[in-house]
Amino acid sequence: MSDTFFFKVDGLNTWFFTRKGTIKSVRDISFEVARGEVLGIVGESGSGKSVTGMSIMGQIDEPGRIVSGSISLDGQELTGLDFEEMRHYRGNRIAMVFQNPLMTLNPLMRVRDQMYEAISAHESVPRKEMYDRCIEALRSVGIPSPEERLNAYPHEMSGGMRQRVVIAIALLLGPDLIIADEPTTALDVTIQAQIIYQIRRQIDERGLGMIWITHDLSTLSELADRIMVMYAGAMMEIGTTEEIIGAARHPYTRKLLESVPSRNAPGEKLKQIPGNMPSLLTLGEGCPFANRCERMTDICRQPVQARQLSETHRIWCYHPFED
Amino acid sequence: MNEMIFEAKDLSRSFAVGSSPLQDFTDHFLRNRQPAVLRAVDNVSMTLNEGETLGVVGESGCGKSTLARMIAGILPASSGERRFRGEDYDSFLRRKRDALKVQMVFQDPMSSLNPRLRVGEIVGEAAVLHGLVPRSRVKDYVVDILARVGLPADSVGRYPHQFSGGQRQRVGIARALAVKPDMLICDEAVAALDVSVQAQIINLLLDIRRDSGLAMIFISHDLGVIRHLCDRVAVMYLGRVVELAKTSELFASPTHPYTRMLLDGMPKISAQRRRFMPIQGEIPSPLNPPSGCHFHPRCPMVTDHCHRVRPELREIEPGHVHACLNVEPHSKRL
Repeated sequence: MSDTFFFKVDGLNTWFFTRKGTIKSVRDISFEVARGEVLGIVGESGSGKSVTGMSIMGQIDEPGRIVSGSISLDGQELTGLDFEEMRHYRGNRIAMVFQNPLMTLNPLMRVRDQMYEAISAHESVPRKEMYDRCIEALRSVGIPSPEERLNAYPHEMSGGMRQRVVIAIALLLGPDLIIADEPTTALDVTIQAQIIYQIRRQIDERGLGMIWITHDLSTLSELADRIMVMYAGAMMEIGTTEEIIGAARHPYTRKLLESVPSRNAPGEKLKQIPGNMPSLLTLGEGCPFANRCERMTDICRQPVQARQLSETHRIWCYHPFED
Repeated sequence: MNEMIFEAKDLSRSFAVGSSPLQDFTDHFLRNRQPAVLRAVDNVSMTLNEGETLGVVGESGCGKSTLARMIAGILPASSGERRFRGEDYDSFLRRKRDALKVQMVFQDPMSSLNPRLRVGEIVGEAAVLHGLVPRSRVKDYVVDILARVGLPADSVGRYPHQFSGGQRQRVGIARALAVKPDMLICDEAVAALDVSVQAQIINLLLDIRRDSGLAMIFISHDLGVIRHLCDRVAVMYLGRVVELAKTSELFASPTHPYTRMLLDGMPKISAQRRRFMPIQGEIPSPLNPPSGCHFHPRCPMVTDHCHRVRPELREIEPGHVHACLNVEPHSKRL
């Protein structure tokens, strides 16, 4: 099984060194992605899920840096690469899709020019072939009459169309891995359903890997093969979608699932998690969720080791639920 | 309990789009052309009973926020009638102290709270100004209200930026509650919050409703939240209400094709992944809505009729209305 994982993150630590102190946004994160698989990373604001994505893309700027850990694609280590070397991977082998397409797309350039630019940054291809590839990419994400859209400016399109264009650009160079950070959060439900459907098809057809970062467990339960739960920069639980949604063992994952309105009887009070997320500046050695956890004991102040529950299911907790 | 607190009849609101005075002038006199008009809300009728929560759900551009603002009285209507406890809304709103009975909570507390005022002033200001509480006792009054929304007493001296998103939304709710409203309008009040924080705010709203019998209009795009909080739900599409029913009935047996599509698209949390083929098509621009039934270009049941005739709301069961030409009452379940 393990050799199907072409992308690996091992013991990743990304910290930000600010005047107020060190913010350990990502602590000891390890996961793998296989071809044809969607790995969902779920967490609330401040959980470090986006910083994980940015670390993989090599886009952590001062005062932050990757303190330790390894990120590898097909055995090639990415963490030590300099800007020029990383450029070969970024966009080409690993592509990223962000939440807001208006920030990703250049408002002054036609879609065509933005797509051509992405191709010619990595390959030299005749114009005719570039055109065909762009049409093909736009069509594959469900854009009707791509020939016309190619000449449009971003502002001439709806939010859903823009996000499709961004995804088409991400697919353009045939990447091995796409990292999507809240790509459908800003979209309407019906449009979100369409885009998720098309993305899943592309993943299955092209056999590429995807990391889908979101705060929305419901979306993940429909799209992801495996789910990783993060809290305050640390991993809480990782497993197949069935294991996480159907049989979560970590108290935090359970609480997160219980607080979703559709899992509660209408009109009843929602089960809520007491308290707030701790400040990343003052985190201790132990489990970051301990203070809000009803199963907390003294031992939770000690560093937590991973516990393997099944071949796919791992958990970081001293007092997991037994099922 | 079943007294009506608010009623809207054929409420509409149009906006002139992208026009400048100069362009209006040239259009009018030289080109004999009407400026582009966006009908954000188009003949909407609805009622709200005392103590009831009515949900309004729809996708972007459906006019739900414009409707909320008209109901809150901060946006005039282009045409139609609004009544508060039977009284014409405009004359009601002119009596400033009575107008406080209607309050609103907004999506983004950072832009709806004055960043340069302390929370004590934000919450207490209106109550003092309108004489609900003497200035000498305002501090205790504010601390009381803050306790109701779950904020510590020392919040009084702090500024909005010193709070987290969820706490700021609590301040926004406290501000609304401080003037003892009878009707609360929440426009996407929990949309920007994390799941666990969202649960806290929803619970807070449930508590407030139970304790004070407040009537609420809850605007949201999130069907899960709507289902949890509301007694009845209105579904809007491009400025019109397409279906309105009791929450349980709407979710159990939606009749309008758009409502069904919306419910199908709603991500459901389950360990079983489903493979579905979502309905195609985009939300048309509200500037240039399709003729007849606005939904016809995306509708799986479309007939010739739908292109030409505007469907009116019809009752298909007591308390359940919808605007579809093709779904007949007896063929409710397809």
